Amino acid sequence: MASRANQKPFSLTLFTIVVLGVWMMLAAFPFLWTLWGSFKVEGDFFSKADWAAALTGKMTVSETGGQYTGAGYYGAWVQEGFGKAAMNSTLVCLFVVTISLTLGTLGGYALSRSTYRYAFWFLIIALVFRALPQITLVSGYLPVFFKFNMWGHLPTAIIVLIAINQPFTLWMLHSFFKNIPQDLDESAMVDGCNRFQAFRHVIIPVMWPGVITAGLFSFLLAYNDFAVTTMLLSKENQTMIPKIASFLGTTQTKGNVMFAVSAVVSVTAPLFVMVLVFQRQIVSGLTAGAVKG
Amino acid sequence: MKHKTFFWFVLPSTLAMLLFIFLPLISIIVQSLYVAHDQVIVSVENCGPFGCTQSTMVDQEATEALKSGHPFGQFAGADIFLDRGHLAVAEVGQAWDGSQTWREFGAQMLNLPFYKAMSFTLTFTFVVTPLVILFGFAIAVAVNSAVKVVRGPLIFFSLLPMMITPLVGALILFWMVDARGIVGTALISLSGDPSLSVKASTPLMWIMLIVYGVWHSAPFAFIVYYAGLQTVNSDTLEAAQIDGASRAQRIRYVVVPHLLPLTTFIALMQLMDNFRVFEPIVSFAASAHATSLSWAIYNDLGGETRQLSSAAATSVLTVVCIIILLTPVLIRTWRDFGRK
Repeated sequence: MASRANQKPFSLTLFTIVVLGVWMMLAAFPFLWTLWGSFKVEGDFFSKADWAAALTGKMTVSETGGQYTGAGYYGAWVQEGFGKAAMNSTLVCLFVVTISLTLGTLGGYALSRSTYRYAFWFLIIALVFRALPQITLVSGYLPVFFKFNMWGHLPTAIIVLIAINQPFTLWMLHSFFKNIPQDLDESAMVDGCNRFQAFRHVIIPVMWPGVITAGLFSFLLAYNDFAVTTMLLSKENQTMIPKIASFLGTTQTKGNVMFAVSAVVSVTAPLFVMVLVFQRQIVSGLTAGAVKG
Repeated sequence: MKHKTFFWFVLPSTLAMLLFIFLPLISIIVQSLYVAHDQVIVSVENCGPFGCTQSTMVDQEATEALKSGHPFGQFAGADIFLDRGHLAVAEVGQAWDGSQTWREFGAQMLNLPFYKAMSFTLTFTFVVTPLVILFGFAIAVAVNSAVKVVRGPLIFFSLLPMMITPLVGALILFWMVDARGIVGTALISLSGDPSLSVKASTPLMWIMLIVYGVWHSAPFAFIVYYAGLQTVNSDTLEAAQIDGASRAQRIRYVVVPHLLPLTTFIALMQLMDNFRVFEPIVSFAASAHATSLSWAIYNDLGGETRQLSSAAATSVLTVVCIIILLTPVLIRTWRDFGRK
């Protein structure tokens, strides 16, 4: 296709290179810089005198004797009990993803197969629910949860996150199931299956690519959530994100900022791996709603 | 699908949404109309050998009785909505009467918490959304014209700012623009002003929050546009070329119309997401300079004194704003559906 008619003028190539260069710098550099800085002491990463201190590690050498230090990680994981928070986050993500996918697949399948008007309204109401900021709902939960003694426990946060996740999961799985031809389950029903059997034996075996994509986004919502978990969980049950926020609030003494920096790097690492492994699914999920309208 | 089967299939997720999205909405409306009971105070006279002293104490029994009689609290009607923390009708009236110019009036309005939050939320939403679309489009075009081999890594790094936890992503940027961080130091040496600090200046803080917003959301627009660019009809492009369309004309008349529906989609998602801007304000500790509606609710709910009624009233106002924001979309969808 590299015909002369399609050849780009030089200025356009230059523009492309500049845009990409600047964007890569903006997108990647902050992460690399923070990763690098998390192995230094506070005096280096936040240096009033000389920004290059973070590169040379002057203070790190004089304070710890080495170029790199794991003191921030030690402080966060051992002293401040970040491991407990990581455990809580794992539990929350695991349950939120499995349960919201189970509910979402059933609902999404039904919505994609129903031709009645109420299915359309169902989706529109879900869209409105999707638009509500989570924190507005939290102020509705608090008095009720206090009254029934549900506040502060992990299961409460899990149930709430599942419900908040539903509108998005339903939309995504609905548009995914629309792409599975109707003939498939209809022929199974002609052969004598009822609707649920058709779903169980014909749809479930072919639905996994869509479910994995929806699962990734459920995971992200549960993992990244701050508004719900910070308000509904007690101090002992905190997940990682509110824990980092509490590092900032209470431990501003010297050195402890580095706890937060190391915790931030620890939280980012799993996301890195996830994007690396599931890049294709994430891209297809983001565009699913758009391209099909 | 039969009504009955449909019902059983959607029942679990409907129940979840009814209980934890719909009922809380009712709950915030009810809460915003009531205020918590005052405690019943009684004064008691203690008489001892050295005379009598008056002391006041809380009458626990009477307070309990009052609470169980009216569990929601005292009915306040629209009072909470009109007080200083929310719509502040009286204060707005005073400001209107007392100020000579629009500028003065605006400055006084920004001292009221609700209008302060509203002004930043709206500015953020309507500045970030177009910028995200613009930058997303530029990046998509650039990546699309890059060599095939480098596209994978380019997409990987482009996704990161969006996938990162908002609170964490904002913290990473905040540490860099800190006066002792790398970007902060660079800014100081560029401007030659050693006291320059993002933390201390309102305009800089607003700019920084908007920069964060664009950084965080541009990848979304990029991915959607990039996928759209893959499906541009090459026959149409070629036909336009044969008819003598220049490169700019081909983009203007073939590519842009193809991407227009995607732009509506991005704009809709971005309006919804940017309107709830919240985590960056916590991360940047920006509340002295910029607050948002979500942050105002968070602030009321947190701390020792949980001001549930006040938070509920702000929540109701936020929901009303969201519905106003979505109305054009809803009307259009409804018309489209009616036509089918």
